[in-house]
Amino acid sequence: MSDKSRSGGSLVCGRRAMLQGTALGLVTTAFFHFPAASVSEAADAEYVYRPVFFSSDEWRTLSSFVDRLIPADAEGPGAIEAHVPEFIDRQMNTPYGHGSEWYLRPPLMKTSATLGYQLLFTPRDIYKQGLPALNGAIMQRYGRLFHQLDASERDQVIGQMEKGTLTLSPISSKLLFGQILKNCKEGYFADPIHGGNYKMEAWKMIGFPGARADFTDWVDRYGARYPLPPVSVGGHAVQGGV
Amino acid sequence: MVSRSEKHTDVVIVGFGWVGAIMARELTQAGLNVVALERGPRRDTWPQGAYPSSIDELTHNTRHALFLQPSQSTVTVRHRESDVAAPYRQLAAFLPGTGVGGAGLHWSGCHWRISPAELRLRSHYEERYGKDFIPQDMTIQDWGVSYEELEPHFAFAESVFGTSGQAYKVNGKIVGDGNPFDADRSTPFPLPAMKNTYSAELYSKAAAECGYHPFRIPSANASQAYTNPYGCQMGACTFCGFCSGYACYNYSKASPNVNIFPALERESRFELRAECDVLKVETDSSGKKATGVIYRTSKGEEVRQTADIVILASFAYNNPYLLLLSRIGQPYDPKTGEGTVGRNFVYQNESGVTLFFGQDKFTNPFIGAGGNGVAIDDFNADNFDHGPLGFVGGAPIWVNQAGSKPISSATVPKGTPQWGAHWKKAVKDNFQHTISIHAHGTNMAFRDCYLSLDPTYSDTAGRPLLRITFNWHDNDVKMIRYVTDRMADIGRAMKPESMSIETKEFGEEFDLRHYQTTHIAGGAIMGTSPKDSVVNRYLQHWEVPNLFVIGSSAFPQGIGYNPTGTVAALAYWSAKAIRERYLKSPGPMVQA
Repeated sequence: MSDKSRSGGSLVCGRRAMLQGTALGLVTTAFFHFPAASVSEAADAEYVYRPVFFSSDEWRTLSSFVDRLIPADAEGPGAIEAHVPEFIDRQMNTPYGHGSEWYLRPPLMKTSATLGYQLLFTPRDIYKQGLPALNGAIMQRYGRLFHQLDASERDQVIGQMEKGTLTLSPISSKLLFGQILKNCKEGYFADPIHGGNYKMEAWKMIGFPGARADFTDWVDRYGARYPLPPVSVGGHAVQGGV
Repeated sequence: MVSRSEKHTDVVIVGFGWVGAIMARELTQAGLNVVALERGPRRDTWPQGAYPSSIDELTHNTRHALFLQPSQSTVTVRHRESDVAAPYRQLAAFLPGTGVGGAGLHWSGCHWRISPAELRLRSHYEERYGKDFIPQDMTIQDWGVSYEELEPHFAFAESVFGTSGQAYKVNGKIVGDGNPFDADRSTPFPLPAMKNTYSAELYSKAAAECGYHPFRIPSANASQAYTNPYGCQMGACTFCGFCSGYACYNYSKASPNVNIFPALERESRFELRAECDVLKVETDSSGKKATGVIYRTSKGEEVRQTADIVILASFAYNNPYLLLLSRIGQPYDPKTGEGTVGRNFVYQNESGVTLFFGQDKFTNPFIGAGGNGVAIDDFNADNFDHGPLGFVGGAPIWVNQAGSKPISSATVPKGTPQWGAHWKKAVKDNFQHTISIHAHGTNMAFRDCYLSLDPTYSDTAGRPLLRITFNWHDNDVKMIRYVTDRMADIGRAMKPESMSIETKEFGEEFDLRHYQTTHIAGGAIMGTSPKDSVVNRYLQHWEVPNLFVIGSSAFPQGIGYNPTGTVAALAYWSAKAIRERYLKSPGPMVQA
């Protein structure tokens, strides 16, 4: 694991060990180390989330994937620190994960791409069939699993998936890439009540005030920076400004 | 199979959005018993709009909490007659409403009056530019109703919606710095215009510098506390930025739920039945009289509701859909041009420019209101000389800062990668420093754009899906490219660090993958002759006079503005005709 640190915010990640499984192989632990002065934050030092939907292999693949989509750096939190994998796992057990929003009746038509999604896979299907297929293809090519690739190798593979040049079946690499990217950004920026955007760090990074929902006094303060930190629907306010 | 019948009623209304609520109010006031049937669930400010749970982008905008999910019902789409249509499987390009309040619960609140020239579009263009100006396959026509006839209804609808705005001309007198292209008004707006956001202020100055005529968008987001003629109350808008896709938490955005339903609820002659999905309109053996409707309850029971008057008031394309399913009127055939049901299906033709200002200038795009902003009308309707341009139509151009949320609006400059460290930095660097300008343009009706029943796909009730055959035409592309160039000039005058332009290319296909707008219209259009329209000027069916089909489905072609203001005025206009003429002498109000 590489050492990452960032300054200027209250959260300092000394080291991350995000992909280590337990003996059971079901639990992934991300270790966050906080300044001793902050008692409330120290309580989060042992963040443990047990995935409900993903197997440990899928979880490792997904985690190492989103880690490259939104990497941690000095600009702000990465997808792992934002608990994006937890968000995605939780989403898979909502009606959305089961595809219950979508019209999924056959038959399939070969049509122009401009007509949108024309397959019958649910989000759960895309992950359950796509992640093992990805791992299989990577094992064939590199002799290692996806999460064992270094960052630049993963970036290269993800870039090929984005273009659709990596062959996967039955879930195409482009479909899998699009699904993960969409859910990753959702988890990064959604209200923390859904499990991602941990401590609203992503909102703080970009200056989004979350559920404040009253700008009567600010609408005509032309050009001025909005001074208040974000609040969450769940009532998690951040003290001390953005 | 129909398992039971409900007690006969005077009026049955299909759909309870703006049109359903207006018609229910007007007809109960006329002493009629009214039953409204709504496919979706009961909805109101509480709980759907309750703070803070409604201020949640993922649940509402991303997961479409208030919209009709395709799994329940959807449409199929193809670009041309020779293609096979495919289902619209995931919501993206447009977001049909459902539930009590319909799309009126989760709209933005831009509340316009149609330009007078657009109400007689074909005549107007022929008079000004000659008969040959309109392309042969462009099937635009006159509405059969004039602005002067609709004016009192626009005025009353504004008083019901608590619309904020700045008038230009009232009873022939110039009263303020409103839109100089506006037609005369009988009343000022019920509320003063909303405050401008910084973006709207900058746009207003730049547009004026360019020689155009900026004005405040009429907004059904209340600028002050307000009580409407029905006694329904609104609170002053807080610019929370959660309008489109959300129920307003603050009673500030007009909706059927806030502005009409509280009055109707106390009315003993009115009954609202939610989760009742109308399957068909029934007629008697002559086919000239509607006898009522059959609907399916949430328990799967099929129920017959007979009525003396049937009013279709459902979302845009669902009005013609119900006519097709009920075999009322002749389906349109694009080969022969005969038949009217499904004819002249139209959409909205849009483009946009995004300005990036760099980190020192805070535009705070998360502040906003759905109907708020500044527009110019210099390139809308026929406010400019089309003669040398060779296209029909136009677009208002506006900054309508409705409130950016990060999942849907993490806007980055063109060329930025979709992911990785560069993407993240670009979002961080730009989120508080952008301004978007939009052209909200017309889409003209064409002979080959229409609605029909799909031969392959069906919904959970076994109904064939509605099929949309639609594509952009050169006229649309010419128009939007011309307007986009003007918009980009204003953008440059605002002196951004950089600018992204989204417009249309010739030959470009209608793309369903990205949100554009839910402003869909046509398919059961109004007009002056049963040969080329489904309903007469009173929105009364030509062949079945006790059937009224009201909504944007009646627009003969696309308009430059958002549709709701015109839909509401048409509903009040039709209601007045029913109250004052039809009830005295039931039958056709216009002789074919």
